[in-house]
Amino acid sequence: MKVRRRNLREVYVWQLPVRFFHWINALAIVVLCITGYIIGDPPAIQHNTEAIHNYWFGYVRFTHLAFGMIFVVNILFRVYWAFAGNHFARWNNFVPLTKTQWKSIFETLRVDILLLTDKPVYDIGHNSLAATTYLGLFVLSMVQAATGFMMMFVTTNNVMEPLTTWGLEHMNGFFVVREIHHFLMWAFVIFMIIHVYLVFYHDYIERSGIASSMIGGWKFIRADVMDIYERKITENVCDRLDKHDPTVDEILFSDQDGLDEGNP
Amino acid sequence: MTFYEELKAKGYTRRQFLKFCGIMGAFMGLHKTGVAQIVDALETKERVHVIWEHFQECTCCSESFIRASNPLVGKILLELLSLDYDDTLMAAAGEVAEATKAASMKANYGKYILCCEGSIPTGSFGYCTLAGRSAEEVFREEAAGAAAIIAWGNCACSGCIQGAHPNPTKARPIHKLITGKPVINVQGCPPIADVMAAVLVYYITFGRIPELDGMGRPKMFYARRIHDTCYRRAFYDAGLFVQSFDDENAKKGYCLYYMGCKGPNTFNSCGIIKWNECISYPIQSGHPCIGCAEPGYFDQEPFYEHIPSVPGIGIEANADKIGAAASVLALAGVSVHAIVTNIQKRKLIDNNTEYPVKDDEVDGI
Repeated sequence: MKVRRRNLREVYVWQLPVRFFHWINALAIVVLCITGYIIGDPPAIQHNTEAIHNYWFGYVRFTHLAFGMIFVVNILFRVYWAFAGNHFARWNNFVPLTKTQWKSIFETLRVDILLLTDKPVYDIGHNSLAATTYLGLFVLSMVQAATGFMMMFVTTNNVMEPLTTWGLEHMNGFFVVREIHHFLMWAFVIFMIIHVYLVFYHDYIERSGIASSMIGGWKFIRADVMDIYERKITENVCDRLDKHDPTVDEILFSDQDGLDEGNP
Repeated sequence: MTFYEELKAKGYTRRQFLKFCGIMGAFMGLHKTGVAQIVDALETKERVHVIWEHFQECTCCSESFIRASNPLVGKILLELLSLDYDDTLMAAAGEVAEATKAASMKANYGKYILCCEGSIPTGSFGYCTLAGRSAEEVFREEAAGAAAIIAWGNCACSGCIQGAHPNPTKARPIHKLITGKPVINVQGCPPIADVMAAVLVYYITFGRIPELDGMGRPKMFYARRIHDTCYRRAFYDAGLFVQSFDDENAKKGYCLYYMGCKGPNTFNSCGIIKWNECISYPIQSGHPCIGCAEPGYFDQEPFYEHIPSVPGIGIEANADKIGAAASVLALAGVSVHAIVTNIQKRKLIDNNTEYPVKDDEVDGI
């Protein structure tokens, strides 16, 4: 039996709403890609019934539209949670505004993607590269939602119809909108391939239980890494208190931090 | 002389006249009192002066117009208007014709309708000249005194085939060349004759242009998709598609979506008003819609496939092929990554789990 003696701490990283978002999003993307592809290029499923007795293609479209709605509402909820959630869910993880984030992006590229060095990078939540990719995916999702709604609501009396029709007309008609919507589907397919692979990779190399963390929410992080992390938080809080920075309340009075959750 | 008087003089009966008014009212979706307004207008109002210009086009709009569905419509409409200048239809030629136009424009300044067929080249004036002058110059002069401009067909509305990639003449649609004048885009290649007639009758009756959508098209004819008004829609929802033009499904009249039908993307009233005396329209005749009433439809080749080719990459490249190739590339990339990872896995894992961590390697908040 192989056993490694490692000093690890359990860290509650992904809160329940984040995990729900993730899996609903994953399901929606898979369903949308499959149904969307069928709508774009219908398979030759012929049957001998009269058209009035059969509605399978209509149901495919219905599924696509329904999951489109689920997809969008789910993302809107996640945007809310980016302001209400814990440190790992907050919006500033995903928007590379600081020098540290950019440094970390290049470092991750060098280490994890290009495999130029075997020196590790330590991240507790998302690494900066992944987080920035999710920002890109968010933008893509919004474009998909906008183009989808343009095609869906036109000629209906939906409340969003004037807005989406305005968009459709300013995109110079249906053709362009449809093509963008179709093309971007492949961006999601490629994202899925790389995303799933990198989860396997990190789970294999880092051994922090990253794959199961999206089910249970907890990760195993090296104790020495956590010690530095917590010390830095404390320093940060003290700094901000010295400067009378009101944003420090977010950290001090936030019980959603979850770092000590589970410890009696 | 009013339109009705002219008709009577030509031997048409009142019954034929009222029938025409009724058809026009129905196409416009008017209440029966609206039909009375049409009758009233055509009986009492002076004819509208029209200058009809042909720029870069194939004259299919005119062809469509003079073959209007109701046998009377074509004849009537040529009487309905005072067509002061139309270089294709008029008998006069040369300087006489130009002089007539100039006189009419002067006499009816600010009142006449300018009908344009075709796009206007902006690359070099030599691509299209009328009476020795560039199309753009002629257009600007005529537009200055027009009460309204009607752009017939896809050429005038969005460039059609001349405006397609790579657009060698730099053809521009009418509405892109002028501001401050109402431009009615009557889309289609060509537009349905009855739609053309109804737009003119609307203007004569009510003295204003019909309600337009954001792309300048009359809402009463271009607010619905062909797909939503198509009688084959039931086959689409049942997933019954024609697989090739000569198969059993084509005989049964199944949906042509799989054959590249652009009906779901096209706004027009082909499915309702139909063509040639309301007999049929392309889909009813077994041919997929090519989307001729949409901007840029000529760049949507091939017409018989639903996903257009992507220009500049390859002859056969379309979104799905490029996407699939990129996905395969991504798969190959992760496979290589997995192999390289496995070669150095011992080192990688050891470092990740035991390498001493430095202070600046962990980011705080």
